[in-house]
Amino acid sequence: MQEIVAPWNIKRELLVKSEGETDPKYGYKPEERPYPDIIRFGIINLDKPPGPSSHEVTAWVKRILGVKHAGHGGTLEPAYN
Amino acid sequence: MTGVLPIALEEATKVIQALLKAGKEYVGVMRLHGDVPEKRVIEVFSEFQGKIYQTPPFRASVKRALRVRTVYYLEFLEIEGRDILFKVGCEAGTYIRKLVHDIGRAIGCGAHMQELRRIRAGPFTEDSGGVTLHDIIYLYNKWLETKDIKVLRRFIMPMEKALDFLPKVFVKDSAVDAICHGAHLTAPGIAYIESGIKSGDMVAILTLKGEAVALGTATASTEEILKATHGIMVKSERVLMPRGTYPKMWK
Repeated sequence: MQEIVAPWNIKRELLVKSEGETDPKYGYKPEERPYPDIIRFGIINLDKPPGPSSHEVTAWVKRILGVKHAGHGGTLEPAYN
Repeated sequence: MTGVLPIALEEATKVIQALLKAGKEYVGVMRLHGDVPEKRVIEVFSEFQGKIYQTPPFRASVKRALRVRTVYYLEFLEIEGRDILFKVGCEAGTYIRKLVHDIGRAIGCGAHMQELRRIRAGPFTEDSGGVTLHDIIYLYNKWLETKDIKVLRRFIMPMEKALDFLPKVFVKDSAVDAICHGAHLTAPGIAYIESGIKSGDMVAILTLKGEAVALGTATASTEEILKATHGIMVKSERVLMPRGTYPKMWK
């Protein structure tokens, strides 16, 4: 049987097409974003508790942080509990 | 169900579409409806790796038509009486409860899912900076008190993390704003590119600082893109960066 590689185990190499430099005047390295950009372009790796639905938990996070928009990546069905 | 649930904030909600298509990992307990030797269970487990066919469950939010999903691996961890602890890595949209049910039928005695926990959603895993709701409340209040940005960085990751497993194309400053306005990426704008891209693959377009600019579809392979001097190399599908972040250098 052919070996299946999970997407998180695929190794990729970075290749140069044409060397370039970036002007520090514009944008930020993602890990150096200041407030409030850190929240605007932020994502939380939440360990969802049992009980509430993914939607409910997302709504709570939205309220706690006082943000206008929040969305979750891939529903965790509460029905499984 | 508990486990990894990435929550994107504000502008970052645009990367969710990439996460929905990302692979997942779960650990769970399946309960057999009869006594079965360990060897038999392991045998049947091996049949459920690779391409599998599933009919979505009744209460699913999608059309109930037979569909194909890839199980990257299905690992038998432990057996205790009729309870089997297992770990599975699978393509997005694989129903684990259904998988367990089908494994039970293949074994012969039937089985159902007793417990399930997600340990990975794309690049997000339970041991890579996962936080609880309590952590979020505690850290956010601490940020309000101290105004120390390091406190926010302890629980909020850059949205680029969500794109970790997509093949990447890094573009020059001069190409960024045009893409933010919906332009496709042409050959001269590309500085660096990752190996293994095929035409039709979903790719992430990033700045040289590593900021996400857009999600797109490659129209050529890595090798072809490296050689190209002109023409559209990546079609923009979803712009992630607000216009005007980089200067307008196009007419």
